[in-house]
Amino acid sequence: MTELTSLTLLEAKKGLEAKEFSAVEITQAHLDRMAKFESLNAYITPTPDQALAQAKASDERLANGKARKLEGLPIGMKDLFCSKGIKTTAGSKILHNFVPSYESTVSQNLLDEGSVVLGKLNMDEFAMGSANLTSHFGPVLNPWKANDSDEALVPGGSSGGSSAAVAADLCLAATGSDTGGSIRQPATFCGLVGLKPSYGRCSRWGMVAFASSLDQAGPLTKTVEDSALMLDVMASYDPKDATSAPEEMPDFTTALKGDVKGLKIGVPSEYVMDGMPAEIKALWEKMALDLKAEGAEIIDISLPHTHYALPTYYIIAPAEASSNLARYDGVRYGFRHPDAKGIEELYKLTRTEGFGDEVKRRILIGTHVLSAGYYDAYYLKAQKVRRLIVHDFEAAYEKVDIILTPTTPNAAFSVKNPPTDPVVMFLNDIFTVPASMAGLPAISVPAGLSGNGLPLGLQAIGPKFQEDQVLRLGAAMERIAAFSRLTQNPSAMIGAAS
Amino acid sequence: MTQKRFMYQGNTGHWEVVIGLEVHAQVTSQAKLFARASTKFGSEPNANVGLLDAGLPGMLPVINQECIAQAVKTGLGFGGQINLYSQFDRKNYFYPDLPLGYQITQHYHPIVGEGALPIEFEDGRQKEVRIERLHLETDAGKSIHDQHPEKTYVDLNRAGVALMEIVTKPDMHSAEEAALFFTKLRNLVRYLGTCDGNMEQGSMRADVNVSVNRPGEDWGTRCEVKNLNSIRFMTQAIHFEAARQIEVLENGGEIIQETRLFDPNKGETRPMRSKEDAQDYRYLPDPDLPPLRLDDVFVEEIRKTLPELPHDKKARFVADFGLPSYDAEVLTQSRDIADYYEAGLEALPSWKGKGSDTKPAKILANWAISELFALLNKEDLTISESKVSAKSLAELVELILSGTISGKIAKDVFPIMWAEGKSADQIVEEKGLKQVSDTGAIEAEVEKIMAQHADKVQEYRAGKEKLFGFFVGQVMKAMAGKANPGVVNQVIQDKLKG
Repeated sequence: MTELTSLTLLEAKKGLEAKEFSAVEITQAHLDRMAKFESLNAYITPTPDQALAQAKASDERLANGKARKLEGLPIGMKDLFCSKGIKTTAGSKILHNFVPSYESTVSQNLLDEGSVVLGKLNMDEFAMGSANLTSHFGPVLNPWKANDSDEALVPGGSSGGSSAAVAADLCLAATGSDTGGSIRQPATFCGLVGLKPSYGRCSRWGMVAFASSLDQAGPLTKTVEDSALMLDVMASYDPKDATSAPEEMPDFTTALKGDVKGLKIGVPSEYVMDGMPAEIKALWEKMALDLKAEGAEIIDISLPHTHYALPTYYIIAPAEASSNLARYDGVRYGFRHPDAKGIEELYKLTRTEGFGDEVKRRILIGTHVLSAGYYDAYYLKAQKVRRLIVHDFEAAYEKVDIILTPTTPNAAFSVKNPPTDPVVMFLNDIFTVPASMAGLPAISVPAGLSGNGLPLGLQAIGPKFQEDQVLRLGAAMERIAAFSRLTQNPSAMIGAAS
Repeated sequence: MTQKRFMYQGNTGHWEVVIGLEVHAQVTSQAKLFARASTKFGSEPNANVGLLDAGLPGMLPVINQECIAQAVKTGLGFGGQINLYSQFDRKNYFYPDLPLGYQITQHYHPIVGEGALPIEFEDGRQKEVRIERLHLETDAGKSIHDQHPEKTYVDLNRAGVALMEIVTKPDMHSAEEAALFFTKLRNLVRYLGTCDGNMEQGSMRADVNVSVNRPGEDWGTRCEVKNLNSIRFMTQAIHFEAARQIEVLENGGEIIQETRLFDPNKGETRPMRSKEDAQDYRYLPDPDLPPLRLDDVFVEEIRKTLPELPHDKKARFVADFGLPSYDAEVLTQSRDIADYYEAGLEALPSWKGKGSDTKPAKILANWAISELFALLNKEDLTISESKVSAKSLAELVELILSGTISGKIAKDVFPIMWAEGKSADQIVEEKGLKQVSDTGAIEAEVEKIMAQHADKVQEYRAGKEKLFGFFVGQVMKAMAGKANPGVVNQVIQDKLKG
């Protein structure tokens, strides 16, 4: 029998419904594996007791024929979704002891459908990072290794705990959040499917904010079908979030068949970047050809403002973050510096020690671009460029149904020798940021391996609220790539020998 | 305005003063501007605090429609431009009673644009004070510094409560004008029910901008005096501030633009912060709140609910009741007073309605403004607490109009009505105060007096006509003031002619 932990979410759902195993059994199998691979540092706070209690309740429901959509399925929760009664840190020292009295809408939706939460997943501090190197709770390791080196690799970020955990079978699926690529990039680095829904699909209520106009929750899963299953539960219109969208979710059933016959797929010329590895370009071109062979129409398009997306993102996101993170002041909850005398000193010491370097860097950038005399030149201009980016996509979707691009300009890199220049690190988001800026749904699907055996991903970007188109192309790419999941190649996995 | 301006007399000549107001009025509403917590005054500290008010992670603002309607209603009340598009912005600064680290306000696009309110002086002069804007914003909590030698306590009950900030143009040129405007605005919001106007509870407070200049010269540098919570303090602060600025300028100094605080104990203002250390609030559109879009139907629905506004009511009192403008102003200062007056008029048999003799209306107005208000003020009561009802006052006035008692006698009757709760008729009856109009009785008394003062009769007839009053006084005295003065006059005149 296949190990329970290596099942996909859908396989496990079927197995539970067919009574092949119990929710407690599959939960325990995951808890055991979490303990075995603790060195990956994927979880900040495992919650085995709650998980087993939930699993037990799920088994009763399964026995009574009262199973809900995700009944008894063990998943991981990124540690920026507030969990009632469970420590929620957002990867930061400043929230190292914060226990919310409320449950985020997204996690509540998942609980309401019977999923079992194994614990809170590690992440870049306040979701700021592309390698999970900025967490106060230490880096997460990618279970993948290159075939030419034993070096530990990053799992991507900011949802690095989520990607590592799903890839290493430490949960069946995980929640993530994506502000500029924080679901799609780690999904790529770990050979997973990562879906960022349209802005407004998933409620932001109870999700620790990074950049409010960009933040969007979504799933990291082993397959495209699993992604659809998770999205269906995570998404909801929420009156508690004024930016939540009341639009109906399209039906995915037909889309998941991945039939691309007659589908107009746009390939934007601006996504061919200088210095991009040839193998990524080749992978992208081959996929386009294969899709064409299946009856899709491949159309060259132009998104002329693509080059401005990244610099614009690095004005808007830090600006919003600098304001969103002002509440962490040591006055009411979280870390409070013990030596502070007087309010000014309390702010200074608490925030100096409570935040890591990357967070402070972005607060400084954000504060600067909003300062009197700079607001018009930076923030206002960035907002204008953002509208141009939106218009680029709108114009493109008059000609095509969906857009195909690479997800990242490179595969996972070393934990020990990451890019030292923050700007180089920012470049990891170059292909993912435009869809974020435009609030569009986008999926990353593993499409092949790099020369040294590391996963590479391709991205489908759809028109707003057309998650069905995104899943359609995702399903087709998944079938064409026939990507082998990591666990079928366990020797590549870090720590597997131990 | 051709009207001569109020001037301050300095040591070196005259000075003019220019005043602009920023009024903060708490919106009358059940819940806060963006949260469901109660707005009740006088609750236990921190009893009315929601998760958002406390600045907890992941909490989001959702606009309270009731507050929007109240702001629009107020705007319509002063003829303001209702902006169908407005936007909420964050004003960022750190303070312990500001848990989010920003105030949510409408910096760039306020909900109401330009309007105006007319003010009227006691001598009947009128002028218009232009209003620049009205915007909605959240209040902060309260820091309490005097309960512990080292600690500051924070009460967040007010945090997030909706305020309307109403900003005038610098159209006022004396403390009197500022006080008149403020009173007029307070009356308006009370009429509309959009703010209770209770300054002592902090529901309404004003920041005053003051500058001085020589007649004919450009306006001087202004100083802002913050948080004045009574009209008396506002008047004192303006006088102090103008005098201070004049003294500085006359001694060759310069006015520094700064924010000042008023000390009610000393009656003086002192610097709080200068322009140099003014905070940079780094305003940005709140990404948690989509722009607020209203439609004409919504605005028109609210317009339909508007009560008769003070200035319309006043105009009607002048046109229909023939009242002098000043009387009408005083009687329409609150809805309760106007209602009292109109109820009285309704109950007055001599009043035959619009277009008939206006004397009864004027006499009733005189009685309300002088005698009634005097007793209300003396006992610190509001009109609704009056010990004499509108109907009772009308009965008293009717006795005067019908010649049953003289106005002088009525002035003795009124305090008895007030103290004993008896009707005017009853008191007049019991005390035998009915006026004597019987010509025979009066003639007899006149003849008696003439006989007693034959010498004076001689002098009068010789041309000393001033003595006429003497005879009237003697007769009235002899008849204990109950004689009808008209009849007395006529009889004396006839008899003296001989």
